[in-house]
Amino acid sequence: MKTMLAIISNALCRITGKNAGARVVVSRSLSDFTPQATFDIKRCDLHGLEAGPPVRAELTREQGLQYYRTMQTVRRMELKADQLYKQKIIRGFCHLYDGQEACAAGIEAAINPSDHLITAYRAHGFTFTRGVPIKEILAELTGRKGGVAKGKGGSMHMYAPHFYGGNGIVGAQVPLGAGIALACQYQGNNQICVTLYGDGAANQGQIFETFNMAALWKLPCIFVCENNKYGMGTSVERAAASTDYYKRGDFIPGLRVDGMDVLCVREAARFAADHCRAGKGPIVMELQTYRYHGHSMSDPGVSYRTREEIQEVRSKSDPISMLKERLLGNNMASAEELKEIDIQIRKEVEDAAQYATSDPEPPLDELCNHVFASSPPLEVRGTNPWARLKSVS
Amino acid sequence: MATSLRCFLRSGKRAGLVAAQRGFSRSSAAAVQVNVRDALNQAMDEELERDERVFLLGEEVAQYDGAYKVSRGLWKKYGDKRIIDTPISEMGFAGIAVGAAMAGLRPICEFMTFNFSMQAIDQVINSAAKTYYMSAGLQPVPIVFRGPNGASAGVAAQHSQCFAAWYAHCPGLKVVSPWNSEDARGLLKAAIRDDNPVVFLENELMYGVPFEMSEESLSKNFTIPIGKAKVERQGAHVTLVSHSRFVGLCLDAAAVLAKEGVDCEVINLRTIRPLDVECIEGSVMKTNHLVTVEGGWPQFGVGAEICARIMEGPAFNYLDSPVTRVTGVDIPMPYAKILEDHSLPQVKDIIFSVKKTLNV
Repeated sequence: MKTMLAIISNALCRITGKNAGARVVVSRSLSDFTPQATFDIKRCDLHGLEAGPPVRAELTREQGLQYYRTMQTVRRMELKADQLYKQKIIRGFCHLYDGQEACAAGIEAAINPSDHLITAYRAHGFTFTRGVPIKEILAELTGRKGGVAKGKGGSMHMYAPHFYGGNGIVGAQVPLGAGIALACQYQGNNQICVTLYGDGAANQGQIFETFNMAALWKLPCIFVCENNKYGMGTSVERAAASTDYYKRGDFIPGLRVDGMDVLCVREAARFAADHCRAGKGPIVMELQTYRYHGHSMSDPGVSYRTREEIQEVRSKSDPISMLKERLLGNNMASAEELKEIDIQIRKEVEDAAQYATSDPEPPLDELCNHVFASSPPLEVRGTNPWARLKSVS
Repeated sequence: MATSLRCFLRSGKRAGLVAAQRGFSRSSAAAVQVNVRDALNQAMDEELERDERVFLLGEEVAQYDGAYKVSRGLWKKYGDKRIIDTPISEMGFAGIAVGAAMAGLRPICEFMTFNFSMQAIDQVINSAAKTYYMSAGLQPVPIVFRGPNGASAGVAAQHSQCFAAWYAHCPGLKVVSPWNSEDARGLLKAAIRDDNPVVFLENELMYGVPFEMSEESLSKNFTIPIGKAKVERQGAHVTLVSHSRFVGLCLDAAAVLAKEGVDCEVINLRTIRPLDVECIEGSVMKTNHLVTVEGGWPQFGVGAEICARIMEGPAFNYLDSPVTRVTGVDIPMPYAKILEDHSLPQVKDIIFSVKKTLNV
C-alpha cells in the first residue's frame, strides 16, 4: 500500500511538477511517521561556563524536513555556483560553503528573523538562510540586474534585512557585528547579533579589540568561529599558537561545538542566544566544521590537504547525510519523500540558474548610482573630464 | 606582423601568451620571453641569494608558493628562516617586518593585495616612512612592501582599489609601479637594495603577461633607478603619461592614433614617488599636449599631481591646451562585467581624450 502510494506520488510529481505527490504521502504521515524524537548530541567543550547546552535535542518531523531542505538547497546552490564558475559565467572570487551547511541551518533554527547576522566572504549559505531567494543569489553571482545587489556587489557583498553581508576584508566584519549588537542594546529591542568569522580571521587583532569592548559593555553578541581547519592554504596548527578558538575570548565564555551536526549547532546557538538575551554579555562559539571545496574557486584545495581527508569527512561526517540517517532511522520521513525533496530542490536551483544566466546585465545608467544615501542627484566624473555621469541615491 | 605582436604584448592581453607559444623568434640574439611573475620571482631569488639579510614574509608565501605564485619555489630553496608564512594578521606582521628592518634585516613584506595593506597602513606610514626623519638619520628602515595593486577582474569593490596616490602622498616612502617584466625585475632589485621603505605596486593582470627581456636586463646586477621614468614610444603631437597596466593601453591607443596621423609619446612613469617631473616636462615642451592615464580614482590622484607639477614648472607655458586626466570612474568598483568594464579607462577612452585634447 505504501509502495503504491509512493509510485502514485512520484507520478503526480512528475506530471504536475509540483509538490502534489508529496502531499499524498504527507497525509499518510500522521499515522505512519514518528512526529518527534529526541537525539543524543555531542557534549560541547566549555570555557568559563558552569553548564552548557543540553546533550539531548528534540526534533519534530517538520523541523527535520525543514533543516534537510535548507541544507540540501545550500548544497545544491553551491554546486551550481561551482559549475557556473567553471563555465566562466561567474567571475572574480567565489568561496563555496558546501560541507558547512549545518552551521547556517543550525544557527538560523535557533535565532529569530528579527535577530541580526553578519559573516565574512563564504556567505552564500547565510544569504539564503537569512531570506534571499536562490535566484537572487545566483543572479548576483552572475552579475545581473536581478541579483540581490543589482549585480554591483558580487559574491562577497550580498545583503538583506538584518543580514549585513558578505564582507571581503578578513576579520573586519567582527567589529561590525559588535556594533550591530551595540545598536540592539542601545535600542533595547532584545535582539542579538550573530557575528561569524573563520579560523584564519581568528588571528586578526581587531577581533581581540572587539572581544574586549563587547565584554566590557556586555554587548548581546554571539561570536561564532567557523573552524574549517584551514585559512586558505594554511592549516590551523601553522597559523595559531592556540587552536582552542572557543577559549580565545579569554574573559568571554566559550563553547566548542560539533559544527557538522545541525542539532548540536542549534542547541548551542539557542544556549548562546539565551545567554546574550539574559544580559550576560557576549559569548564565543567555535563550530568545528569542514569545507569540501578549496578556499575559493581559484584554489584546488588539495595542495595543503589530502583527498583522503576530504573523502573521509564526506563519508563519515556529512551534515546532510547525518540528518537523513536520523530521519530515516527513526521513521520520521521516508526515503522516497527525501528523494522527492531532492528532486524539487534540484529543479528550483536549475530554474534559478536559468534565471541567473538569462537575466540581463545591469544597465549602464546604473553605474554611478548609490554612492551616497539620502542625497540629491550628483555628478560623477567618468574616465575623462568630458564624461559627466549621473548618480542618484 | 611584428608590430601587431608587440602591440598584443604591450596591451597586456593574455593573447601575448599565444604569441609566445607560436615560437616567437628572438629579435636580438639574447632576447628571451619572461612573464612578469617570473621576473619578480627571479629578482627575489637573486636578492635572497646575494644578501643573507633579505627575507620574505606574508600570507601563503612559503608552502602555498604564493597566492599568485610569485614566490613559487622560494621556500623549497631557502626554507623556513628566509620565507615565512604568516597568519592573517596584516597590522601585526607589517609591524614585525618593520621592526626587523630596524634591527638590521632587509624584509620583503608581501600584502596579498594592497587592499589588505589598509589594515597595516599605520605601520607603513608611521613606523616605516617617518622613522628616518624622526630619528634625524639614526634609524633607517630598509623594507619593501609589495603585492598586487588596483583592479583585477570581477573582484568587486573591496578588492579593486589603487593605492598609488595614498602612498605617494607620504614623504619618507618611495613608491614604484612597474609595467612590464623588465620594470618588475629591475625595480624590485633596486627596491630591495634601497635603504628606504619602498612600496612596490604590482598588478595581478600583468603577472602572466610575457615580455621580451634583453640579456642585460637578465643579468644579476641589473637594476632600474627608482625615480626615473622611461619613454616607451617617441612622438611629436601629444604626451601620454601612465603607470602599470595602463602603459600598455596607452601604447595600444598610440598604435591606433598613428594610423590617423596622431603621433603619441608614451611615458612609463615606473616610479610614482619621487615623480620624474623632468621627463614629463621635457616631453611636454616638445609636444605641447599632455594626457595622463591611470586606473585609480581621479580626486587627489596621480594625474592630479602631475597637473599641479606641470603648472608649477617651465612646461606650463608650452601647453596648447589644459592637461587631460584619464582615470577610473569616481565610484567603488562594481562587480557586473559590463559595469566593471565601464569603470576603468579603455583604449577608446584614451583615444577620445587625446583627440579632444588636440581638438581633432
